[in-house]
Amino acid sequence: MSREAVLNGVIALGLLAVPLWAWAADEPFVITLATRVAILALAGVGLNIALGLGGLVSFGHAAFFGIGGYAMGILASHAQSYEPLMEWPVLIEGTRSMPVIWLVAVVASALAALVIGALSLRTSGVYFIMITLAFAQMLYYFTISWPAYGGEDGLSIYLRNSFPGLNTLDPIQFFAICYAILLAALFFTARLAKSPFGLALAAARQNAARVEAVGIRPYRVRLVAFVISAALTGLAGALFADLNRFVSPAMFGWNISGEIMVLVILGGVARLFGPVAGAALFILLENVLGGISEYWQVFLGLLLLGVVLFARGGLVGLIAGREATHD
Amino acid sequence: MTEPVLEIRDIRKAFGALKASDGISLDLREGEIHALIGPNGAGKSTLIQQIAGGLRPDSGTVHFLGEDVTALPAAARARMGLARTFQISSLAMEHTVLQNLVLGALGARGGVFRFFRPVMKDGALLEAAREAMAAVGLEELARTRVADLSHGQRRQLEVAVALVLKPRAFLMDEPMAGLGLEGSRQMTRFLDGLRAEAPILLVEHDMDAVFALADRISVLVYGRVIATGTPREIRADSEVRRAYLGEEDMA
Ligand SMILES: Nc1ncnc2c1ncn2[C@@H]1O[C@H](COP(=O)(O)OP(=O)(O)OP(=O)(O)O)[C@@H](O)[C@H]1O
Ligand SMILES: [Mg+2]
Repeated sequence: MSREAVLNGVIALGLLAVPLWAWAADEPFVITLATRVAILALAGVGLNIALGLGGLVSFGHAAFFGIGGYAMGILASHAQSYEPLMEWPVLIEGTRSMPVIWLVAVVASALAALVIGALSLRTSGVYFIMITLAFAQMLYYFTISWPAYGGEDGLSIYLRNSFPGLNTLDPIQFFAICYAILLAALFFTARLAKSPFGLALAAARQNAARVEAVGIRPYRVRLVAFVISAALTGLAGALFADLNRFVSPAMFGWNISGEIMVLVILGGVARLFGPVAGAALFILLENVLGGISEYWQVFLGLLLLGVVLFARGGLVGLIAGREATHD
Repeated sequence: MTEPVLEIRDIRKAFGALKASDGISLDLREGEIHALIGPNGAGKSTLIQQIAGGLRPDSGTVHFLGEDVTALPAAARARMGLARTFQISSLAMEHTVLQNLVLGALGARGGVFRFFRPVMKDGALLEAAREAMAAVGLEELARTRVADLSHGQRRQLEVAVALVLKPRAFLMDEPMAGLGLEGSRQMTRFLDGLRAEAPILLVEHDMDAVFALADRISVLVYGRVIATGTPREIRADSEVRRAYLGEEDMA
């Protein structure tokens, strides 16, 4: 087994062990923190497909995080008020069912990514960064001025949504759901990276002309990667909203896009468990340094600078070394 | 006479005031090596780019296998069987030799949008990749990253990736550049046999290779073809001698 595989195992077990310990020690706040780590990691795993594998520097993944959040908020608020979303031409009612909400979150963010990607992937470099940012900001201002779902104040959901057979209000059970989804996403991403699609995507990142010369259109490959990436981040958004039982336009904020990117960079761009390590570090810093000084983000900034300058592979790269060229 | 595999008619391309292609017509026929020679900056690479689809001509047409492909993007032309090598090696640098070849085989076969099966365990793709690797003698380096290859090995890999596409025609932009004497000789022998598989439009500065290989030669100067003919005709052409070859090379 490679060093990175061992490290990945340690990270996965660590993220499981901490909340289990907290559960035994009756520390629900720690379980909630671990749940946040799992959810932010999932958002990062999504971004890492575009950013790490595809080299697509999306500064607008908050768009999908927010769409996932609002998918949850809108469906659950209708279930809460017993008012259908729509009566004509078909009756659509709200729901409290997590699986249904996840499906809607994934489909809605994938569709949004199809539109945003189709337009923004015609550009590259700094233009791509700016256009993705602009789309997220558009959604931010749109939700602020959309009174039906709380506008600026957002939407509160009184009860956490339900999952068959589990009590989602029990922190450890909700953690288990998020953790299982994260592991599934990691498994999927690992397979994706080694698939025909993953090879073409990674090659398009390195040399688009080469990919075209063998008969593959880089634009299509990138668009599909962007959609998959957004779907995972959207799913994370739905879970995040469920964790807080609250959604607001802040989920679309550019700082959310930044945070997701920061945790991917901290953990290791293009490294499978990079986002998990990054999210754990991020939440740890927020709670340790945040307790010491309200300017904790200054330290975060310094750390980020250090990673970018001295440890390009992030935390995972630092410990596991340069990525082995798999076969 | 059978229809040419590739036919370029009156291609024009200007970069500002510079006419890089000034009404170029030429064709490539089954079984031949057609060499395109000319001084630096004559517009050879620009022409190759337009044939391959990386650059749209201002006017004129490109026909490939009897079809007008002038409006098709590069990837579509590659899928039809038009393979090219780049003057400056253009490969996925972080990938291994084998991965670059498997990518080529994948492009040729199709089925890029598969997300679950490991591509480096796909028997058919590996088989095609290994075959191309053996043809240019890169087997030993299968697991070496392109970034760690020598310049000459990258040139060989360029050719191998074109080969793995099993194309109907090759466009090669200076495949011998920087190969050294022995490398050039090997590549010359290799291309000599390759024309039986598919015809080659060969841009090359190495005149030994050109005169050894070419069935026909076209001479490009300032974006215009000033002569097309057999090596013997080109050698004898006084305009070519004056414009390009230089009297002393002709002894
Ligand atoms: N994208 C471009 N924009 C502007 N000028 C260009 C561009 N590409 C090529 N040129 C110019 O067009 C002319 C032809 O260039 P090209 O690369 O086709 O020459 P070449 O015959 O391949 O030369 P060499 O033998 O040095 O490879 C040159 O003067 C070059 O500077
Ligand atoms: Mg050139």
